[in-house]
Amino acid sequence: MMIFKSEINESFGPSIQPNIKHWNDWIGGIAAQGKLAGANRLSFEGKTLKPNNIVADGPYAEVKEIIGGYLIVKATNIDEAITLAEGCPILTHGGNVEVRSVMSVNS
Amino acid sequence: MNEVALIPQLFKTEYRKIISVLCKLFGIVDIEIAEDIVNDTFLLASETWVLKGIPENPTAWLYTVAKNRTKDYFKRHKTFSEKIVVDFNLNQNQSEEIEVDLSHKNITDSQLQMIFTICNPIISAEAQIGLALKILCGFGIDEIAEAFLTNKETVNKRLFRAKEKLRTENIKIELPTENEINSRLDTVLTTLYLLFNEGYHSSTQKTHLRKELCLEAMRLNYFLIENETTNKPVVNALMALMCFHASRFEARTNQIGEPILYEEQDRTLWNEELIAKGNYFLIESAKGQEITKYHLEASIAYWHCTKTQTTNKWQNILQLYNQLLIIDYSPIVALNRTFALSKVNGKQVAIIEAEKLNLKDNHLYFSLLGNLYTEIDNIKAIKNFEIALNLAITNADKSTISKNLYDLKAKKNNS
Repeated sequence: MMIFKSEINESFGPSIQPNIKHWNDWIGGIAAQGKLAGANRLSFEGKTLKPNNIVADGPYAEVKEIIGGYLIVKATNIDEAITLAEGCPILTHGGNVEVRSVMSVNS
Repeated sequence: MNEVALIPQLFKTEYRKIISVLCKLFGIVDIEIAEDIVNDTFLLASETWVLKGIPENPTAWLYTVAKNRTKDYFKRHKTFSEKIVVDFNLNQNQSEEIEVDLSHKNITDSQLQMIFTICNPIISAEAQIGLALKILCGFGIDEIAEAFLTNKETVNKRLFRAKEKLRTENIKIELPTENEINSRLDTVLTTLYLLFNEGYHSSTQKTHLRKELCLEAMRLNYFLIENETTNKPVVNALMALMCFHASRFEARTNQIGEPILYEEQDRTLWNEELIAKGNYFLIESAKGQEITKYHLEASIAYWHCTKTQTTNKWQNILQLYNQLLIIDYSPIVALNRTFALSKVNGKQVAIIEAEKLNLKDNHLYFSLLGNLYTEIDNIKAIKNFEIALNLAITNADKSTISKNLYDLKAKKNNS
């Protein structure tokens, strides 16, 4: 799983036209290899539930970085996924891609 | 019009109407009887009309004959049924005054029900196409075998098994319920899409037959649009796609049926009327919320039908291919997307992406690489085209690749 993270103030995610094309081209490139399993963009709207029923506004109250979206790819190992992550538009916008392996339910 | 031309034309428009009504009457169990009666009716028409001339209202003539034959059938079999099967479900009093309802409404309803009955996911997609061609389009076994590039025996077996399956599962000839209609419509559209592609991409050299397959798919699709129950945005999207593709029919093959590449087509041969229809259905398809693969493919086909060569065009095509791959991956779409990428971002970028595709058993993959390397690295281009030539199966593909190789080698020798 690739998790896209970036500074809060960064204009990140596909907010402007040329940017959306870069994202689509990059994801399209992964899909063209038949390695895309799923993707979702997250909106800025959200709340955070903390212990004792405390609900905080926004997903980003006390963190520096915010998760903007995620993408699940079919890769045999982390290194292959890292290769697929190269060219992700977020890298040119001050963000980063965290690549994690998804554990199957049985293991 | 003489009877020689009229009968095939009536066969196209009336066969499916009469057979749908009769199938509905006989039920899936006796589908062959319905087929026999309709075939007899058309046979009698061709025999009689040659001798006595064309009746005043040929369609009504066909309906009357079909009605009488059906009544005869029931009369003949009444005695048999009464003696042998006492407690039979079919009400014998009913059969005495059997009503063959060939009203416009019943014809339309029965046809719609037959489409859903034949395009039933319990039988394979191939069998659905075969049955649709046989029952809804009145195709002969020979023609179906030719279209599938197989023999009559295989087609017969396939259709027989499919009918058996419909019988044993006791499939009723009826419309799916309101809840089921969308998912069942998916199956119907897939079958029409495959039927169209069978015609559009089929390797049979018989251009006429290929066009017929495409036209039948369009006729059935249009029938779904005419019906309120099935006139959904997705149905219009598929119709738009078919119109755009069909608009290039005259331009995409030469006199002897060999393919002409898109870039080399004579654009004056593109059918403007079909392009206009495609535009109309594409707008209709945008009325819902959903974007299906048919919407995306129709939009790509729309851009291919525009004659201007702006970078904007290819940028749009690339974005649509990206979306299409995200919802529905297929190797051919991946290859087309990479070609669009080369048009937008240049061959160098596309080569890097193409090398990642890893479709090493696909001749189109190596043809694409050959195309991308042309003028960048002609030696690599030749190498790729040679691999493509080895993998290609049809003569049409081989001749296209050979032509590319010939051009490249000629250039190499001149330099």
